[in-house]
Amino acid sequence: MSALTQVETESESSKGNGIIMNEMSASGATAAVAKRPLGLETRGLHAWFGSHHVLSDINLQFPERSVTGLIGPSGCGKSTFLRMLNRMHEFIPSAAMAGEVLMNGSDIYAPEVDAAAMRLKVGMVFQKPNPFPAMTIRENVLAGIKLANLKVSNHDGIVEDCLSRAGLWKEVKDRLDAFGGSLSGGQQQRLCIARSLAVEPTILLMDEPCSALDPGSTLRIEETIHELAEKITVVIVTHNMQQASRVSNYCAFFLSDGGPGVLVEADATRKMFTNPTDTRTADYVQGKFG
Amino acid sequence: MHVVYSTGDRIFRRVVTAGAVTSLLVLALIGLFLFARGVEIFRDMGPKFITGTNWTAGSGDGVIPAEFSIGPMLTGTIVTSLIALFFAVPLSIAGALYMEFFAPVKIRRTLVSLLDLAAAIPSLFFGLWGVQVFSSMGERWAALTSHYLGWFPLFNNELGIFGRSPFIAGLVLAAMIVPIITSVSREVYSRTPRELVDSCYALGGTRWGAIRAVVLPYGRSGVVGGAMLGLGRALGETVAVYLLLNLVFKYNFNILESEGGNIASLIATKFGEATPYELKALLAAGFVLFLLTLSVNMVATAVVQRTAKARS
Repeated sequence: MSALTQVETESESSKGNGIIMNEMSASGATAAVAKRPLGLETRGLHAWFGSHHVLSDINLQFPERSVTGLIGPSGCGKSTFLRMLNRMHEFIPSAAMAGEVLMNGSDIYAPEVDAAAMRLKVGMVFQKPNPFPAMTIRENVLAGIKLANLKVSNHDGIVEDCLSRAGLWKEVKDRLDAFGGSLSGGQQQRLCIARSLAVEPTILLMDEPCSALDPGSTLRIEETIHELAEKITVVIVTHNMQQASRVSNYCAFFLSDGGPGVLVEADATRKMFTNPTDTRTADYVQGKFG
Repeated sequence: MHVVYSTGDRIFRRVVTAGAVTSLLVLALIGLFLFARGVEIFRDMGPKFITGTNWTAGSGDGVIPAEFSIGPMLTGTIVTSLIALFFAVPLSIAGALYMEFFAPVKIRRTLVSLLDLAAAIPSLFFGLWGVQVFSSMGERWAALTSHYLGWFPLFNNELGIFGRSPFIAGLVLAAMIVPIITSVSREVYSRTPRELVDSCYALGGTRWGAIRAVVLPYGRSGVVGGAMLGLGRALGETVAVYLLLNLVFKYNFNILESEGGNIASLIATKFGEATPYELKALLAAGFVLFLLTLSVNMVATAVVQRTAKARS
């Protein structure tokens, strides 16, 4: 555990005092200016399922090459929010949205945007490890390249590079032709991370990636996330407060009091856990509810 | 460990066991009945029963000896069924994918119920439709095929007569088995884990990409199962083939020519006026068909299980 804390401290200090900006939030959370360039930004984001309003006016910024944790009790809309960041939300019939998601300053919901091409830049890892069952480990890593018809020559290099970055290479390098399903749960999840890295995304969305895993595997994945954040922007939904404090540089707290989910507060993780502005944040991170 | 069951459990267990045993027993008894009645023919004719091309009831006085063999009918059964599968499987897969991934919700519901209705249409109507309506169109298709692909022995047609051919019978059989294969395929496709499809989209895949990478491999064994159900129906089809094909005791692998037949329609044709000895031959033919469908199903089960095992 101490090693991991060390890593966090280092990455924290290396980022200076970059703070998530949240000036337009309806809840009036602290406004601050991020020094780091933005990887992603949402403006006035709303979501509906049918007539059910699930998210209201979310304004959030994600500094580049950092880990942002989305926390909050079940049903507050944080997973829905995550799925709006790569337009997966629109696959659900009856789902609707309003607002903007800016990637490098341009709205990914603009009519001229090719959603599939955009998703190449925004990878996603799901709650349950889900390697493609009919494919080998190698084929799983290369699946994205094949799906998007990318012209790439050095397949072996990509497989090794992505598996290494996901922290899986040493364990599987001798059985790349085994089926993905033959791995343990934690290994499968790291394979899924490797799979999303192969198309070289600049943003990686993770939806409770460790909730189905044992503590050992969870720790391995958290280490992986730290290493990934040196190069890409990571957004992670988690139910686990300890995980949020271990793994993220910034935190955003979502809450729904029966109505649509709102963003209560967003700030540097250390501040969120030690000295949050909103009492509801303090109560939640201390485990008083949720 | 000794497990004590309550009276209710014991009775229930006996009832369900009896149900399972009964269906197996009926199957075994049918096989046994066919074999027992046909065994005399197998003994008299030997292997020639399967390979020969002559079906003669003989004269009562024994001047013309009776001789029975079903070679052309056996190959005819297989050929018409394979033609049916060749056309029905791609069509069914396409239809199932459309219904599951492309059709608007309202259209999908209508299609699903129409399809189930189509699967229940008696084969007699398919036969009548084939004779009255489809044949003329099928003949044109056959003529075109022969014109352009006639150099290939399978599509050769010397006489230029295209009606009542295994090709047309196979196409009508295809129309007959499309609903059941589509229905089963759609069912398996709809069970593709949502998160696998989502992963494809998240990797920048298109709908077609997701179908190719995940849905088709996931549904493969189910589609094979559906195809085998269809094949079983095509192999045993009686009335439609009886109406559509000339029963000719000659091997015919030129599928566009007007000669053919299958075992089931042979039995239906000859059964009414068969001599007692010929009746035994018909039951022997039935036994061969029984074995054929049984082995097809066993092979299919093995294929499905092997793909399932390779994955886990």
